[in-house]
Amino acid sequence: MSELLYSEVENDLRASVRDLLSDRSPWTAVLARTETDQPYDLALWRTLATELGLAGLLVPEELGGAGASAREVAVVLEELGRAVAPVPFLGSAVLATSALLAAGDAELLPELAAGNRTATLGVTYTTAPNAVFPASVHVHNGRLTGRIGSVVDLDVAEFVVVPAVGAAGPELHVVEVSSARVTPVVPLDLTRRISHLELDGVSGRLLATGDAAEQALRSALTTGAGLLAAEQLGLAQWCLDSTVDYAKTRYQFGRQIGSFQAIKHRLADLWAATSSALATSRAAASALATGEDVGVSVAVAAAYCSDVAVLAAEEALQLHGGIGMTWEHPVHLYLGRAKSSQLALGSPERHRAALATLIDLPA
Amino acid sequence: MTDLAAKVEAFLAEHPPAGADPIEFLRARFDAGLAWVHFPVGAGGLGAPRAAQFAVDEAFAAAGAPEAVPAAKVIGYGMAAPTILTFGTPEQHERFLRPLFTGEEVWCQLFSEPGAGSDLATLATRAVRDGDDWVVDGQKVWTSFAHAARWAILVARTDPTVPKHQGLSYFICDMNDAGVQVRPLRQITGEAEFNEVFLNAVRVPDAHRLGAVGEGWKVAQTTLMNERVAIGAHAAPREGGLIGVAARTWREHPELRTPGLHDRLLRLWVQAEALRLTSERLRQGLAVGQPGPEGSAAKLAFATINQAVSGFEVELQGEQGLAYEDWTMRRPLETDWASRDPGFRYLRTKGNSIEGGTSEILRNIIAERVLGLPREPRSDADVAWKDLPR
Ligand SMILES: Cc1cc2nc3c(=O)[nH]c(=O)nc-3n(C[C@H](O)[C@H](O)[C@H](O)COP(=O)(O)OP(=O)(O)OC[C@H]3O[C@@H](n4cnc5c(N)ncnc54)[C@H](O)[C@@H]3O)c2cc1C
Repeated sequence: MSELLYSEVENDLRASVRDLLSDRSPWTAVLARTETDQPYDLALWRTLATELGLAGLLVPEELGGAGASAREVAVVLEELGRAVAPVPFLGSAVLATSALLAAGDAELLPELAAGNRTATLGVTYTTAPNAVFPASVHVHNGRLTGRIGSVVDLDVAEFVVVPAVGAAGPELHVVEVSSARVTPVVPLDLTRRISHLELDGVSGRLLATGDAAEQALRSALTTGAGLLAAEQLGLAQWCLDSTVDYAKTRYQFGRQIGSFQAIKHRLADLWAATSSALATSRAAASALATGEDVGVSVAVAAAYCSDVAVLAAEEALQLHGGIGMTWEHPVHLYLGRAKSSQLALGSPERHRAALATLIDLPA
Repeated sequence: MTDLAAKVEAFLAEHPPAGADPIEFLRARFDAGLAWVHFPVGAGGLGAPRAAQFAVDEAFAAAGAPEAVPAAKVIGYGMAAPTILTFGTPEQHERFLRPLFTGEEVWCQLFSEPGAGSDLATLATRAVRDGDDWVVDGQKVWTSFAHAARWAILVARTDPTVPKHQGLSYFICDMNDAGVQVRPLRQITGEAEFNEVFLNAVRVPDAHRLGAVGEGWKVAQTTLMNERVAIGAHAAPREGGLIGVAARTWREHPELRTPGLHDRLLRLWVQAEALRLTSERLRQGLAVGQPGPEGSAAKLAFATINQAVSGFEVELQGEQGLAYEDWTMRRPLETDWASRDPGFRYLRTKGNSIEGGTSEILRNIIAERVLGLPREPRSDADVAWKDLPR
C-alpha cells in the first residue's frame, strides 16, 4: 500500500513554501498582477527555483537537482495551488523536466534545476497522457515547422520541448523559444498563461526518436496530470478553509451563516470531498515516486481532483454571496484556475476512459 | 382569433412598426393597454389575465415591433412596474408607468446593503421625515444598472425602535438627486454591471412613498416575488435558454463531441425542457393577482440549469475553453449572454444563484411557504431593530 501520509520532511517543505508565498504572493498581489504586462511573478519564481531549490526537485543530484520525488513536488504544488501563485512551476519544473528526464537529457536539466533557465512542454494544455502523439509539427532536414495551440507557461519559457514527426516517426526536440513565434491567449485563468507556438523552419536539438520519444512524452503528461491533481487539491483546500472562515464571521438573521444547517452540510460535504481528493492525490504522487500502479492512481486522482477543485471554487463563490461575485475578492482567481485545470492534461472524462481500459471495464 | 389578438392586429395596422419612432410606438402601445395586458385600463393594460401577456409579447416581437432598451426591462418591467401598480396612487401610476414602459426612464433596485443581503430586513439606510420630504442616508450595494437609472425603488428604515420587519418604508428615489453617488463595482466577469450607491441626505418627497409608512417589508415582498417570477418564469421557446447555445455548438462542431459530453448534454436538455414546461405551467396558472412563493422554485431552477449548462459549455469547448474573450472593465447596459463567450456565461451565471435571493434562501421559502415546514428558530424577529446585536 502506498504511503498516504506526509513525512516530516514534506511538512517542513510545505511550511517553507507556504511562508514564502504568504509573504511574497498574497492574493491581493496576485490579483493586482493579472492585468499588468507581467502576469507572472518572475522574482518569486527565481526565489522558489534557486533559494528554495524547488525547480530541481525531480532532477537527480548528479545533474544538479535535489533528487527528490513526485511526493515532494506534489507538496509544493499543493501550496502553489492554495496561493494560485503565478509562477511557471508546472510547465518548467514538472512538464518540461519530466520530458527531459525521460528522454535522458543531461544538457538542459542542470540549467533548469539550478533555476538559470525556464522551459515548458510544447503540447496543447488540454492533451491527455493517453493521447496519440501530436503531429502538428513536422521535421524536414532537422528543421521544425508547424503550430501548437495553447501551450502552458510558454510566455516566460526560454526553451520548449517539442514533439514533432520526422521521416522515421515521432521525435522530441528542444527548441529555443526566441526562434519561434509566440502568441499569447487571453486566458480564463488569470493566474496561468497559455500561448500559441508557431515554428517556421526552426532548428532544434534532437532529444529522442521513435518509442523513446513517445514514452518520454507520455511520461511527462502522466506526471503532469498526476501532479496537477495536487495543485487542484491545494486550491480546493483554500476554498474550503476560506469559506469556513467566512461562514463563522458573516452574520445574517442575527446568526453566523455557518450556523444554518444548509451551509453546515454543504461545507461538511466539501470537507469530505477534499479529504478524498487528498487521498487520491497522495496515492498518485506515491505511485509516480515508486513507479507502482501509476496508470490507475494517476487516472483516479486526475478525474477526481479536477472535479473537486471546481466544486470547491463554485461552493466558495456561492457561500460568499454577492461579495464572491466581485473582482476585488479572490474567489474568482480560484474559480478560473479550477475550471481551466479541469480541461488541462486530460479532462475527467478522458481519465475515466483511460481507467476503463486499465481496470477492464470496457464500454 | 381572440379579442386580444384582434386588438394587437388592429394596433399594428394602425401603427406599422417598420420605421416607427420607438418611443412614440411604445407610448401608443401603452395607451392602447397593450403594454401589460393584465394591468388595469389606463395603467398600460386591459385587465386581462396575466397569462395572456405572453401571446401579446410574441405577436409584437413577430411583427418586429420596437422594444425598450434592455436596461429598462430587468428591474423596471420585472420589479418596479408591478410594485408601483399594486401600491401606487393614481398619480404615481400616471407619472411613472408610461416612461418606464417606453424605456425613457430606467429603474434600479436599492435594496441590498453590505450588512443586509439575505437578511434584507435588517437594512440600516435611514429615512427621516422632514416636512413633506424624507431625508435618506445610507449605503446600498450590488445595485445593477444604477449607472443607467433615472429612478430607484428603495427600502429604508423609518422607525428603528420597532422589530426589523416593522420599521421599513418603501420609496421611489430620484437617482438625479445631488446626494446620490454611484460608484462602479467590478464583477468577476471583468465588467461592472452593478454598483455601490451612497445616499447622502437624499430628499425624497412623501408623495414618492409606495405603501404606508412602516409597510415597506410587505411592499418589498411584492417586488421580490415579481422579480423571481420575472427571472424564473419568463416565456421561452424550446431551446430558448442557454441550452440552445450549447446545442448549437454541439451541432456545429462535431470535432468536440465525446460520449460523456453527449450524455451530459442530453441530460441537461431534458432538465432544461422540464423546467421550461414547469415555467410555462406556472405562467398559465398565474391569475391577475400577485405571484406566490412558487415563483421562487422557478428562479431556483433557472439558476441551477444556467450554471450547469454554462459549466458544460466551457468543457465542451476543450482547448478554446481555456480562453476568455475580454476582461476589459466596462459598465454595460444589458446582459446579452448569448452573444458572449462560454467563459463569460460560466462566470456571469454564478450570480444567478445570488441575485434576487440566493438559492439557499429560495429553498427556505419553498420549504416554509410552499411546504409549510416549521421555520428555523429566530432570535431577532421580536427585538427592536436598534437593539439587535451587530
Ligand atoms: C449579479 C448580482 C446582481 C445584483 N443586483 C442587485 C440589485 O440590483 N439590487 C439589490 O438590491 N441587490 C442586488 N444584488 C444583491 C443580492 O440580492 C444579494 O447579494 C443577495 O441577496 C445575497 O446577499 P449577500 O450578498 O449579503 O449574501 P449573504 O446574505 O451574506 O449570504 C452569504 C451566504 O449565506 C447564505 N445564507 C444566508 N442566509 C441563509 C439562511 N438563512 N439559510 C441558509 N443559507 C443562508 C446565502 O445563501 C449565501 O450563500 C445583486 C447580486 C448579484 C450577485
